[in-house]
Amino acid sequence: MAELFVGREDEFEDRGRKVIAHGDLEIGVFFVDGGFYAYENKCVHQGGPVCQGRILNRVVEMISDDKTSQGLAWSEDDVHIVCPWHGYEFNLKTGVHPGYKNARLRPFDVKLKDGEVYVVT
Amino acid sequence: MDSGVEQTRELPQEIDTKTDTRDILARETKYQKDKGFHDWTIVDVDAHHSEMSSWREVVEYLDDPILKHYAQEFQARTGGAPGLSNHMPGLRYQDAGGRIPHQTHMGEAVDDSANHRDITLIRRSMDAMGLDHQILFPGNLLQLGTHPQPRVEAHLALAYNRWVCERILPVDDRVKTLLYLPISEPDMCMKIIKEFGDNPNVSGFMITAVRYKPVHHNQFIPIYRELEERGLPLAFHAGLTWGDDWMKQLDLFISMHAISFVLCNIVHMTNWIIHGMQERFPKLDVIWIESGLAWLAFLMQRLDSEYLMRPSEAPLLKKLPSEYMADMYYTCQPIETSNMALTEETFKAVKAETQLLYASDWPHWDFNPPSTIYDLPFLDEQAKRNILGENAVKLFGIDTKKPRTA
Repeated sequence: MAELFVGREDEFEDRGRKVIAHGDLEIGVFFVDGGFYAYENKCVHQGGPVCQGRILNRVVEMISDDKTSQGLAWSEDDVHIVCPWHGYEFNLKTGVHPGYKNARLRPFDVKLKDGEVYVVT
Repeated sequence: MDSGVEQTRELPQEIDTKTDTRDILARETKYQKDKGFHDWTIVDVDAHHSEMSSWREVVEYLDDPILKHYAQEFQARTGGAPGLSNHMPGLRYQDAGGRIPHQTHMGEAVDDSANHRDITLIRRSMDAMGLDHQILFPGNLLQLGTHPQPRVEAHLALAYNRWVCERILPVDDRVKTLLYLPISEPDMCMKIIKEFGDNPNVSGFMITAVRYKPVHHNQFIPIYRELEERGLPLAFHAGLTWGDDWMKQLDLFISMHAISFVLCNIVHMTNWIIHGMQERFPKLDVIWIESGLAWLAFLMQRLDSEYLMRPSEAPLLKKLPSEYMADMYYTCQPIETSNMALTEETFKAVKAETQLLYASDWPHWDFNPPSTIYDLPFLDEQAKRNILGENAVKLFGIDTKKPRTA
């Protein structure tokens, strides 16, 4: 087990990130809604650099009580990372694809120490 | 004392439309070296460049003075593309609202002023994906088959063919093409085959599948006969259109793309098989490009079932439609792998070990790097080598011992 230095806590803005490499291992560390989350920079689809994709809120469809569609909107809660190779999306807090639970990013623990951020591998 | 903390290096936070192709594909480059297949012969039978970025150059190759005037006037007023083309703005959703950055803009820096920008971008992608050879196609021109003016389609096809053969292909021996045939104008097709059929950078010819003329029509027969006599392959390159009446019901790009890219080749394949084109042209190598693979098992069973009940409507056939289909060639992209058992059965049905050709479709949004084939769990090494390159080497007669210019 090793601790990899990522950066200082105050370097992360909300929805900010750092993507680091240690040898062959690449890890994306994200700061979302006051929490840190870390995943391997490797998409479960075809191995793309998922952590270097765009961060966008999940798109939701608004269905009214009578089951009719009222159009699309941005989710207020769910933030996604989008793989830049093919568009696979994953919830940044869970690492899971919105419609396929078997598609999930490899997570890493994040450790905060004296204002500094580390990932544990 | 060892603190237990290990040093790291920082990577760019985000890949965007200005990121270098080699950086976007760096994971594939490394993966091939790690797995040890970076030195295999890999032939990419479907990749694209953006001819619209060079539209000002392309239209200069129009030999019709009036069409050329129209194209130049469009440029003067709008700055270039898409004058004379019929590209639908609604089809520009490939990047999924900016989520997939490697197709739409391609704004990376290029400092090689000695070569056309496209050559530099092509070389970067080939090197990053370990490609030895590549078959290059245009992008938006794949829509030209639905142009309301067949004469414009024909002249644009000729202009593009002359431009790509003069400006792009001669620069790098690794890059070839299957040239565009505007079959709405058979005379122009014959002119194009005669003009370019002996060009060493032309590996065969291609019909864009988004069009509404049945491919078995008698007016096209001389084209197929000429290609068969010359020993040049014929490809049907799939595409998409929201103008088709059935597609108009599919109001999202995901839906239209999923079906339209397959429907065109299903229709052409059905006509090709049922009207006995494989019997009429048994030595013509036919390639079906960019419809994925899942449609093949469906169509094989569907046509076999119908043919067994109604052989009188397909009197030229001497064997099952699925057997004719297994005699032809297919590119793999975009490969469907969400159900690997179905994928494996499809590979068996089409005799993938000899008939399947690797294709990246780079830089398009649903591209497949070579590792897509390498990682398939049901293929042995020889099958992977065949699909990634050896099948294409045999089909196109590629000289793998020839020194590369790049």
